[in-house]
Amino acid sequence: MLDLAAANLLSPMVLCFGLGLLAALLRSDLTIPEAVAKGMSIYLLFAIGFKGGVAVAENGIDAGLALAIGAGVLLSFGLPVIAFTLLQRISGLSVLDAAAVAAHYGSISIVTFVAATSVTEAAGLRPEGYMVAVAAAMEAPAILSALWLVARNGQGRAMEPDLLREILLNGSIVLLIGSFVIGWITGPQGLTEISAFITAPFKGVLCLFLLDMGLVAGRGLRANRQGGGKVLDRGAIAFALIMPLIGGGLGALAGAGVGLSTGGVMLMATLGASASYIAVPAAMRVALPEANPSVYLTLSLGVTFPFNLTIGLPAYLWLAQTLNGA
Amino acid sequence: MQMHPAKRVEITIEAVMERRLTEALAGAGVTGWTVLPVMGGSGRSGVWSREGQVGRAGGMVQVVCLIRPDRLDGLLDAAFAVVERHIGVVCITDCAVLRAERF
Repeated sequence: MLDLAAANLLSPMVLCFGLGLLAALLRSDLTIPEAVAKGMSIYLLFAIGFKGGVAVAENGIDAGLALAIGAGVLLSFGLPVIAFTLLQRISGLSVLDAAAVAAHYGSISIVTFVAATSVTEAAGLRPEGYMVAVAAAMEAPAILSALWLVARNGQGRAMEPDLLREILLNGSIVLLIGSFVIGWITGPQGLTEISAFITAPFKGVLCLFLLDMGLVAGRGLRANRQGGGKVLDRGAIAFALIMPLIGGGLGALAGAGVGLSTGGVMLMATLGASASYIAVPAAMRVALPEANPSVYLTLSLGVTFPFNLTIGLPAYLWLAQTLNGA
Repeated sequence: MQMHPAKRVEITIEAVMERRLTEALAGAGVTGWTVLPVMGGSGRSGVWSREGQVGRAGGMVQVVCLIRPDRLDGLLDAAFAVVERHIGVVCITDCAVLRAERF
């Protein structure tokens, strides 16, 4: 496990993230323009979705897909309840802030998922291609769980009818599922045609994107520090380090339980461990505007994302190998 | 040149609320507005910047309307119903326009 962690820490991906984090903390003027960051995220989503679809076309589809999606959806519904309970016990966050944070930890971070696929490839594993569909299915249920938690604690309000459509059809889900279907339809022939675009540059683009993530995370941490650390208490920061291990452990057990391969179990653990910072924050701004965005964005992107990238991913790989006896 | 008094309403609001706001304005009979991107800023909710951001959650936009003074209250009622619970600023200034029939 220590070898895995050391190799991961010295990978270009993690070092690029570290560079971004350091640059932001040292107040460098290094920036990635918004349009470039969005372009890179579109590229990564398209590439990962397409390659997942091609893998399904090559290996066929079995009952494992339905089981894995079912397990993923259950996890996404259940994790916010655990996260909310934990936050209420160890942090001083209000009900609304705790529920908003819980939604982030039940949903998934697609960039962490992309980084995890690179780790599985480096380990010589071939996870099930349909894990992309599992990732997409796990984006939304946590938001509904969080709104239920708020209502249960007497602070509920009617859910805007259009919000569910926005959540289910947000750009990242549409692109991920759309490119997955295109990859499935066109198969290995389709991959050969566009391989030069979506295979060769993939890791380089991921490195640049993680550089940007490091910059954004560093700015969030700096803003929290400049605010005297008032936004986040120690309990909340401890939560952001403990919850990924709980979610990752449950994800790994769920993955092994439905019979996924070692790579698939590792990806399921990563999905359980990661916290959203694209789809859920936008939904929370609409559904729970009184919740403080500095709290959930800093925890998700400033604490949990770096933790998963550096320590979490090798830990989930080790867990998957242990559970599957690989 | 003949000029006519008008009101310039600037509503700086979270990007995720843009569509809801413009739909509310249209529902109140407002026929024109301009949406401007906002690069960054600082306020009661802290410092923020669009640089490097991928999601829309951390971003703001500014919706600018020029309107006849007698229609201001209707616009503000519609806008306030949307922005009341959200981060943002509503600012009204006096201005003058050349072609009054367009407002």
